[in-house]
Amino acid sequence: MRIIKVFTTLLITLSLSTFALAGDWSKIKVGTEGAYEPWNYTNAAGELVGAELDLARDLCARMNADCEFIQQDWDGIIPALVQGKYDVIMAGMSITEERMKTISFSSAYMTEPAKMSTLKGSPLATLSTAKNLNLDDDSAASKGTIGTLNAALKGLRLGVTAATIHEDFANAYLDVDLKIYPTQDEMNLDLSAGRIDAALSDSGTIEAYMGTPSGANVTFFGPNIFGGLLGEGVGAGIRQGDADLKAMFDKAIAEAAADGTIGRISTQYFGKDLAP
Amino acid sequence: MRFDLMYESFFKIIQGIPLTLEVVFLSTIFGLFFAIIIALMRVSENKLLSNPAYYFIYVIRGTPLLLQLFFIYYGLAQFTFIRESFLWFFLEDPLFCGILTLTLSTAAYSAEIIRGGMQSVAPGLIEAASSMGMSKMQRLRKIILPITIRQALPAYGNELILMVKATSLISIVTLMEITGIARTIISKTYAPVEIFIVAGSIYLLINFLITRMIKFSENKLNHGTIQ
Repeated sequence: MRIIKVFTTLLITLSLSTFALAGDWSKIKVGTEGAYEPWNYTNAAGELVGAELDLARDLCARMNADCEFIQQDWDGIIPALVQGKYDVIMAGMSITEERMKTISFSSAYMTEPAKMSTLKGSPLATLSTAKNLNLDDDSAASKGTIGTLNAALKGLRLGVTAATIHEDFANAYLDVDLKIYPTQDEMNLDLSAGRIDAALSDSGTIEAYMGTPSGANVTFFGPNIFGGLLGEGVGAGIRQGDADLKAMFDKAIAEAAADGTIGRISTQYFGKDLAP
Repeated sequence: MRFDLMYESFFKIIQGIPLTLEVVFLSTIFGLFFAIIIALMRVSENKLLSNPAYYFIYVIRGTPLLLQLFFIYYGLAQFTFIRESFLWFFLEDPLFCGILTLTLSTAAYSAEIIRGGMQSVAPGLIEAASSMGMSKMQRLRKIILPITIRQALPAYGNELILMVKATSLISIVTLMEITGIARTIISKTYAPVEIFIVAGSIYLLINFLITRMIKFSENKLNHGTIQ
């Protein structure tokens, strides 16, 4: 009898937590990766910190909601949202058409270009290209920039993290020996060790690594890359059914952008204003 | 359940089978070679031989395989003197690091299996062999090893199956074997259940074939013995 009681209680608790009443967003579970400095990472004490954690707390206060953070590996971060492990993804995730097939997004809260990096002293470090590469722009100039990048990288080992817009970009535009890493941290280690010739990631993430002793000999090269399949900036991922939650986030993000909160947080973590 | 997706991904995932089998095959061969040496050292009465073998087995069995792989691949690369030495020629290659890690692991476990088999040889048999004038090498070759292999084979078959499953870890060092490809597909399709069922079935099939092979050799070796 006792075991039936325990089981029933468990079932009731489970069903309550899964089928929370629509529109009741006084508690919001935020999923993040915790391995993408400075967006979201784990500090020496094992706590989740980063620009998105600060921003999420600010947005939750604006929405009068209690926020709980849940850590989830990047390659499972969308399935776990769909399955209801948490309600929102804030994990440096760019808004792309590909992802919009599965989930919806709030409006962008920060925007940042992708950028290639290599070791100082590599021939790539001195490669000269246009300053910007907008993938929405089909002009001869931007095709030329892609051509220059491709010629320089041909056959070289390029690192990306799995399931990112950077992996998509490399597959679509570049002819390289692609090395796929589970997280940015591991890719950074291999870039410094010389196992890859170049890495492609968000510029802020690699800047954070350059600030550490082991990343001191890493440098940028090539253009700022944005637009097209790289998406329209970083936004909060939300299940497609939760239109009310998306509306709440859109409103809170607009307020946080307008009163300078996003600018302040991004300056603190990235050293520049990434407000959309 | 998206069966069309499972069907499509099956043909992508099987492209990882050659790499999985290559890693299993090479690390098993090298691992068995080292395991025999380590087991012989381990049963030696000379402390200079048995102690290193004991500690090697102790460390390898006492630490997770995932950490060993991290240490060998990412950890050793942190030391500039290693990156500047000839070792880097090997360690730079993820495939080498994967095979090395699995070789060390299976060498430690198999050494214990072989030692157990050796110690199961009845002392009377060895005494009888020496009283007939057999040399130490002859005893090893004609009495100890045949009995050891027969005793150790079932446990060693188990170790082979564990090796196949252990290869699923090497995708963290950029090697795209069965699990690595499966994870890549999941990250694009967001269908972990379907894809992992496909990947799991492939491992099941490989291990089914291995258990058949082991069973076959067990029957062969037991042929003519009194049971």
